[in-house]
Amino acid sequence: MLTFAKAKLAVLGIIRQCVALRALNGAQAVRRGFASTERDEKSSTSENELFDIIISGGGMVGTAMACSLGLDPNLAGKKILLLEAGHKKEMDKVPETYSTRVSSISPGSAALLSGTDLCSFLNFLSVWDACSDALITFDKENLQDKMAYIVENDVIVAALTKQLQTLSDHVEVQYRTKVVKYTWPHPYHVSESIPWVQVTLANGKTLHTKLLIGADGPNSMVRREAGIPTVKWNYNQSAVVAVLHLSEPTENNVAWQRFLPTGPIAMLPLSDTESSLVWSTSHQHAEELLQLDEESFVDAINSAFWSNENHSELVETAGSLFRTALSVLMPDSGSAHQLPPSVAGIGPKSRVMFPLGMGHATEYIRHRVAIIGDAAHRVHPLAGQGANLGFGDVAYLTKVLSQAAFNGKDLGAMQHLLEFETERQRHNLPMMAAVDLMKRLYSTNAAPLVLLRTFGLQATNTLPPFKEQIMAYASK
Amino acid sequence: MYANKLARLAFGLLAESTFKWPLTRSVSSRVKAERSLCSWTVCLHHRQNNQLSNGLTRLNVRAVSQTTVDPAEVRKFQAMASKWWDLQGEFAVLHCMNDLRVPFIRDNLLNVHGVQQLGKPLAGLRILDVGCGGGVLSEPLGRLGADVLGIDPVEDSVRTAELHSSYDPDLRERVRYQACTLEELAEEEVEGFHAVVASEVVEHLADLDAFASCCQQVLKPGGSLFITTLNKTNLSYVFGIVAAEQLLRIVPSGTHDWEKFISPEDLERLLESFDFYVEAIRGMIYNPLTGAWSWQQSTAINYALHAIKRKEEPQPDRVWAESENLDEPGRATTYS
Repeated sequence: MLTFAKAKLAVLGIIRQCVALRALNGAQAVRRGFASTERDEKSSTSENELFDIIISGGGMVGTAMACSLGLDPNLAGKKILLLEAGHKKEMDKVPETYSTRVSSISPGSAALLSGTDLCSFLNFLSVWDACSDALITFDKENLQDKMAYIVENDVIVAALTKQLQTLSDHVEVQYRTKVVKYTWPHPYHVSESIPWVQVTLANGKTLHTKLLIGADGPNSMVRREAGIPTVKWNYNQSAVVAVLHLSEPTENNVAWQRFLPTGPIAMLPLSDTESSLVWSTSHQHAEELLQLDEESFVDAINSAFWSNENHSELVETAGSLFRTALSVLMPDSGSAHQLPPSVAGIGPKSRVMFPLGMGHATEYIRHRVAIIGDAAHRVHPLAGQGANLGFGDVAYLTKVLSQAAFNGKDLGAMQHLLEFETERQRHNLPMMAAVDLMKRLYSTNAAPLVLLRTFGLQATNTLPPFKEQIMAYASK
Repeated sequence: MYANKLARLAFGLLAESTFKWPLTRSVSSRVKAERSLCSWTVCLHHRQNNQLSNGLTRLNVRAVSQTTVDPAEVRKFQAMASKWWDLQGEFAVLHCMNDLRVPFIRDNLLNVHGVQQLGKPLAGLRILDVGCGGGVLSEPLGRLGADVLGIDPVEDSVRTAELHSSYDPDLRERVRYQACTLEELAEEEVEGFHAVVASEVVEHLADLDAFASCCQQVLKPGGSLFITTLNKTNLSYVFGIVAAEQLLRIVPSGTHDWEKFISPEDLERLLESFDFYVEAIRGMIYNPLTGAWSWQQSTAINYALHAIKRKEEPQPDRVWAESENLDEPGRATTYS
């Protein structure tokens, strides 16, 4: 019953996306009018500051948005403000020790972020199943092109903050600023009321803006206050992250991910001797892992990557038969089988865990409001796409706003915001559906599903054009 | 009621097809005779022939008057004055047209003047928006940095425009409105503007000659005149009036009078006689399914025109050049 309701909401989101082809649709705009009664009826002539754009949330995606808007030539005279509840992240140089939270940045996102210090690069991606020997490797034939970059989140934010300082003439940042209330405008012009979004801060000040961009994470206040319905569910999983020391230095340019029945375990390269661990598993197991001493934790990681206890006879035989058949049909396919490195120790910073879930806002926009990043969509880390989807939002929204400014439009007008929503939903929804499907498919021990995914993975591994398509899509 | 209109359309088609071509090619009294045979209200009442200084005949639908303002039109727009900024209301199509007319004006002005300032491409330019209505076109031009004066004879529209732009401090500084006619303004502001914009206005005017003369007065030499209006063809009757006003109701009924439409050739001739040089004419079309305007090759229904006020006295060989151009009906010059 519950899943049916969720499916319905998801379908609504897709239908909304199809209908949103119309630039100005009367019924749609009226439906997007706010039902909330929080409207400021005063025709205030007070000297509240009016900004062109306010970005709420200064994480990776919010700061990237501020930078991107600030650098755009068509938005040169606009007043932009970034509000961040935390403190300023400054870094004179990249620190010696790695921090635990990292993201895998696709080449498309890297183009957006050019200027940050990139810690390492990733040339191969190896993914395999714990319940069988099915393995898929994604590699770039031409080693000049990188598949992805593994960068610490703090480094990205610090680099973007430094960039923002050079734009301080029209981009302002306020740290340690919390928003307590948003007041929405009427969707059309009503006399005696303020036509802008009002942002009330914890220190009592009220700011006005022509466009509010919500980049405030998966529990977005902007999204909640705007009443945007969200399709979401918890995976009942938590991810444990840590920095790993490898047992011997190696040319560390492969990302390894193994799908265990409890969840995927992944090792992302940071340097020749260090990698980052992302282990998604049940809440209980995650807590246990955090309690373990260093040696037992390292043993747990190594056995997760190497042990074969989940293999069943049936699946092994079927798998090897299928592999033989494929090698007859397509003898050249299947690249050399590398082995994952083994782990010797963990980094000095403590292990951390955080809960995992899926979330998708059915609408990314309202009159004078847009949400980007995790506020709009939240995915499982198994595909390393969460940050990239956010950066994709940043790039496209900047493009749309730049064009609107060059055409003299009101930045908060629905026409171009609808264009942003349509385009991004078209890109994000298939990706999120695929990630969710992968997660569910690999969460089980049941023989039929294991056979299905074994054959699927092996077949996909032998089809280079198909793999290239997947890589191209994920690299955008 | 519809039978009447269908009849008008049918005879309009017949009548137009017999004398549309001869009209553009040459002067002929045969044209006058044929016209007087028909008595349909659509085409042929009120036609007057005016002799131009260089011997060409221009057909004028409107009575020659001292003022450009037609009181009937003023009353029509008075009734709709509060609806300008309802984006789903009567003026929705006009708001959509900004997607074409703002880039048209902006790009042509940039070609002439160059980029003034990043983020404010039209900074430093004074623009007059004739028949600004609720400020639908004045506001985007103001946001692009231009100094805009919007004028309209309907005072309520001007009040609506002022109220709408009063909330935005950027617009308050750069866009001003005045409830007056173009003639009144022309007396004060001689050679005061870099550009004059008359979008969807000439089809509502009483006297085009007076209009062209006033535009000539208020423009600086080398200044630009931008006009968007409807062509006077069968297609524009079918799509611009029958389909738009009566069938699809995307334009309020009675907004347009087909008699007052003017073809691009006639408009060009008129402007040339007032020392303008027509630099570009482009066809536009509205797609009611997508709710969007787009450029098109044919100027049969809507078109946009860019003319520049000549800087010096006209050369003697200009007359020869003009009559040569008359042989090309429906000329649509594209601009880069």
